[in-house]
Amino acid sequence: MAEQTLPIPGALVAGRSRSAALLEWLHSWVVTVDHKKLGILYIVYALVFLLIAGVEAMAIRIQLAVPHNHFLSPELYNEFFTMHGTTMVFLVGMTFIFGFGNYFIPLMIGARDMAFPRLNAFSFWMTAFGGLLLYFSFIGGFGLYGMGSAPDISWWAYAPLTAKAFSPGHSTDYWALALIVTGFGTLGAAINILATAFSMRCRGMTLLRMPLFVWLMIVASGDTLIVITPLTAAQVMLLIDRYLGGHFFDTQAGGSATVWMHFFWIFGHPEVYVLILPAFGVASEVIQVFSRKAIFGYPAMVAASVGIAFVSLSVWAHHMFTIGMTSASNAFFALSTMMVGIPTGIKIFNWVATMWGGKIRFATPMLFCTAFLFQFLCAGLTGIMLAVAPWDWQLHNSYFVIAHFHYTLTGSFVFCFFAAIYYWYPKIIGRMLDEKLGKWHFWLFFIGFHTTFDTMHFVGILGMPRSIYTFEPDRGWNTLNMIVSVGGAIQAIAVLILVWNIINSYLHGPLAGNDPWDAWTLEWSIPSPPPPYNFATEPVVRSRRPLWDIKHPNDPDWKYER
Amino acid sequence: MSSIPIFVDEPWRLPSRGRVAMLSLIIGESAIFTIFVVAYVYYIGRSTYGPTPQVLDTPWFNTVCLLSSSVSILFAERAIEQGRIRNFAIWWAVTISLGVIFLVGTAIEWKRLIYSDGLSIRSNLFGTTFYSLVGLHATHVVVGLIMLSLVMIFTIFGFVEQRHTERIRVLSLYWHFVDAVWVVVFTVVYLIGK
Repeated sequence: MAEQTLPIPGALVAGRSRSAALLEWLHSWVVTVDHKKLGILYIVYALVFLLIAGVEAMAIRIQLAVPHNHFLSPELYNEFFTMHGTTMVFLVGMTFIFGFGNYFIPLMIGARDMAFPRLNAFSFWMTAFGGLLLYFSFIGGFGLYGMGSAPDISWWAYAPLTAKAFSPGHSTDYWALALIVTGFGTLGAAINILATAFSMRCRGMTLLRMPLFVWLMIVASGDTLIVITPLTAAQVMLLIDRYLGGHFFDTQAGGSATVWMHFFWIFGHPEVYVLILPAFGVASEVIQVFSRKAIFGYPAMVAASVGIAFVSLSVWAHHMFTIGMTSASNAFFALSTMMVGIPTGIKIFNWVATMWGGKIRFATPMLFCTAFLFQFLCAGLTGIMLAVAPWDWQLHNSYFVIAHFHYTLTGSFVFCFFAAIYYWYPKIIGRMLDEKLGKWHFWLFFIGFHTTFDTMHFVGILGMPRSIYTFEPDRGWNTLNMIVSVGGAIQAIAVLILVWNIINSYLHGPLAGNDPWDAWTLEWSIPSPPPPYNFATEPVVRSRRPLWDIKHPNDPDWKYER
Repeated sequence: MSSIPIFVDEPWRLPSRGRVAMLSLIIGESAIFTIFVVAYVYYIGRSTYGPTPQVLDTPWFNTVCLLSSSVSILFAERAIEQGRIRNFAIWWAVTISLGVIFLVGTAIEWKRLIYSDGLSIRSNLFGTTFYSLVGLHATHVVVGLIMLSLVMIFTIFGFVEQRHTERIRVLSLYWHFVDAVWVVVFTVVYLIGK
């Protein structure tokens, strides 16, 4: 009789309590090695930290809204802008790209999972642990001002601010250790993505038939390999200095603070390309689907992406024009920085040419990508302005620089990843996001973005330096700073609308079906949400738009490609 | 998916995922070493006080041991490829021993530097860069030895067979990398830096 009382696998077991079921559900998320679940974990993690870093940004803007404000103390202000920068780059940006990469690369290339599912889980949990370690410093970090001191050295952590003498306690070590830990996670994720994209493609998915999103994730992951590691190396040196009494960045013993700057920016500059390249990938998918045209100049897009990755490795010292390099170095880094404009220009023209003559549908993802095109162009233009060394001498460390990189990271990266959320949410969840709320989100965010960051350029030109916790009322920055802060509040409201939309549509959104956007890549050929095994039979592709071939058997792409 | 036509005639071959991943890891590790090597080279002669790099003795014996372990692991690879597990085990053990000799040699060198020459990681800038660069490499040797020893244990208990050739080859890629890095470190520290 004993056999009969055993629960049959898969059967509903009577009497199991609700909390046990909840525990089991949570447990399934912790032990999962499924690329889709890990992708969702990455994305949710990124969204949570987007909110946290957004709160920090709002606190900074409240502090700077009026002169002589006392909303934040100078110490807390330093901690907030350090944590805002560090969080946005490492815990929001990197996790967004690896989240979508994890979820969609196997689906787009017709694979069952990533190449190394367990490495994948390991990478995510390393990243997650690094983030928690960083934020634990708010409670447990002992710093210059006693307990509960988060890192206050800014996200670039210049020496000698990080030396034991100027940064006693452990707050700086939380910064270094947390980023070393997330760095290992990032390295693992990048290796996994490269191995997946090269070795797990389904039959017929040649390298030049891969969707551009996959291509750009490959380029970004390749860049990650040689970009994150120098930061890890430099942080190990920093820890050797702080704990073993080393002298790498100790100028009194012959060390050099400039070497830290070089090492940091060897990481720091290509890092923004690591972030922006997957955003280009999202734009390339969204723009072609919503323009109802195949992407213009696919091989040129691939070549330009690889070109950007290469050029990005030789531009780092444009962050250091003001430290007094030789004029030869200044000229080299100014010219190499301007060179970035060539491959990015190719990409912008290709996107515009894709839209040209297309039957454009301005659904929310397309709205975000259209705004991205314009904003990225502006960001590139101010980038070229700052590449001119004398111009940079004038505006270095001012709000003009802040405006420039928020144009690239918010105006381009965040806009593209909002597009990605609206575009792929139906695939991940199986329900559509609400279009009306999406439009509200877009327009509020768009208006808020321009209110904040357009104005910030002017504050910078008027001479307001970055990283100051307050300012005198007679500098002529009062009105502009107030406008910047109001724009920040509008963006915050827009992000809250997104959060509400995500939660509400999860419960009540209309069902999406397999292919709500009439798209062309493989992930739309399977049910939404995808079954655990992804593809019932391994797909075979003959062109860059396998779903187009299925939908139009009389006019397939493979007849015309090449 | 049934409506996607299947073209079985096209040959379809993909690179080994282990190899792609190991090569990616090696690229990433190379970047770490590049940063430490650049720091070492930049800081040569910038210490404001002694001891100077003249206290170093060039570790020829160590170097020969480590580099020949790259040859012995090649023999091990060939042996497992042909299914001669016994030969494989012998060459694998030789590789591990050569790696251990290298580590012991480094330990003896460091002991002399610390106790007779007074060079520690905190004594001056040269000490900091020397111990961190050579130590970073030694750390990689340790990690490599741990992985090699795991394989050795599996071999002794008879779990390693000819079908594991690809995995063994991926692992030996890492060991070759550790050896190749030593060529760079050796040249920079003992030949150029002295």
